[in-house]
Amino acid sequence: MSDQDSIYLDHAATTPCDPRVVDAMNPYFTEVFGNPSTMYEGGRKAKQALEGARETIANAIGAKPEEIIFTSGGTESDNHAIIGLAEAGKMKGKKHIVTTPIEHHAVLEPAEYLKARGFELTILPVDEHGIVHPEEVKKVLRDDTAVVSIMHSNNEVGTIQPLSEISKVTKEAGVPLHTDAVQSFGSVPVNVDDLGCDLLSISSHKFYGPKGVGALYVRKGTRIRPLIRGGAQERNRRASTENISGIIGLAKAAEIALAEMEVTSARITKLRDRLVNGLFNVLTDIRHNGHPTERLPNNVNICVRGVEGEAMLLFLDMKGISASSGSACSSGSLEPSHVLRAMGIPQEVAHGSLRFTLGKKTTEEQIDKVLAEIPAIVDRLRQMTPYQQPPEHYKMPEWLAAKA
Amino acid sequence: MYSDKVLDHFANPRNVGVIEDADGMGEVGNPTCGDLMKITINVADDKTISDIKFQTLGCGAAIATSSVVTEMAMGLELDDALAITKQQIADELGGLPPEKLHCSVLAADGLADAIKDYRSKG
Ligand code: FES
Repeated sequence: MSDQDSIYLDHAATTPCDPRVVDAMNPYFTEVFGNPSTMYEGGRKAKQALEGARETIANAIGAKPEEIIFTSGGTESDNHAIIGLAEAGKMKGKKHIVTTPIEHHAVLEPAEYLKARGFELTILPVDEHGIVHPEEVKKVLRDDTAVVSIMHSNNEVGTIQPLSEISKVTKEAGVPLHTDAVQSFGSVPVNVDDLGCDLLSISSHKFYGPKGVGALYVRKGTRIRPLIRGGAQERNRRASTENISGIIGLAKAAEIALAEMEVTSARITKLRDRLVNGLFNVLTDIRHNGHPTERLPNNVNICVRGVEGEAMLLFLDMKGISASSGSACSSGSLEPSHVLRAMGIPQEVAHGSLRFTLGKKTTEEQIDKVLAEIPAIVDRLRQMTPYQQPPEHYKMPEWLAAKA
Repeated sequence: MYSDKVLDHFANPRNVGVIEDADGMGEVGNPTCGDLMKITINVADDKTISDIKFQTLGCGAAIATSSVVTEMAMGLELDDALAITKQQIADELGGLPPEKLHCSVLAADGLADAIKDYRSKG
């Protein structure tokens, strides 16, 4: 299969680097290679580039440059936010952390880590669409709450949280709010003042930048402890010689994403709707997962009755189509998607989950090719199945039926 | 991550279906990930497996191991079929990724269950 024929629909996993990003990075490997902590010319040039990138990222999210910490990616940003806030809070006697069941593991596992070290952990409920309701947040906040972490948009089902409402609640209680905006940035507007968050994580490779670099925004005045120690870089908040080429790539990718977001997202939304509507046309007994309107422009998540996700992925792959699934079999851990489960979807239904995440190179022809290939794949697998999940889980949602 | 033989059995599974009025039927589930398998067999002369079919809801490895176990068992004497291990199934397929070894349990258990069912009807 040539690259031209292959259809990549897993942009929530990662994106290809934009060639303009690679061009911007190139000089920083061999020419401007100095250590930004040094005072001679090579170091100064690197430092200048570093601070320019910081300004770009700050502008992109409505922050000040000194509020940006460069990291090794979304996972580190999330870890830093949760653990750093918890440790700073602990010094003031705080011992409670709050998060949601649909977070990325980069948030959930640090939260569990802290729980094992004496923190109390509250996991908020989400509704059937994966929404966290602000009243629920209000109910659980305490005087000793050190951190609330609620993702901006979900990587599996694309649901976007009412963060500006939630942040009113946390602000009133004086508790710092972190949001994982890894899937959002570059796809929907992300502004720290509009959202009202105190910390925010982004990851470069989700918006056509290089892997291994990201950023953490920390609102001025927020007390946070470092995660990585051993140097005075990033104003003593994150040790390690800066990944200059990566950071330049991150900034360039952010610049491009912002400049093109409106047009690209509008186009992708249309393709997404074409795919969702098409899937309900060509397949019987499927369900749609995620919020009807409050969702990312590029995410389609369905469950297909009577088939298992990994098996579908294998057949799709044989047709050159890359997608993803939340089924237990398709995960290394053999656990079904914790996101689908938290939304009340039974394990056996999550078993047939399938996610397509579109990108800026996705075309109408590609979507139509998927729609042409998938019925035969599902039929084949259904002919093999000894069991059909209960039918009540597979209905066309009203909002979709209304449009059809 | 899958061997060519796994992919072949997955894409072109042998002996798919259900034997009507089968002599024995096995139904097993995989508690690890929620997969299900049904095997039906016919037995000739109270001795050898003369026909065998399967249905599986599961991952690529679950389907491939189900398929290959029907090939391995076809024509075998019952005791020999019962002796087929998950390791033999995996080996027959040119190996399985470590996290997929448990899928071959499903196939071995499904076959054993069908033979037990046949014998219990005596
Ligand atoms: S049967 Fe679920 S992982 Fe293979």
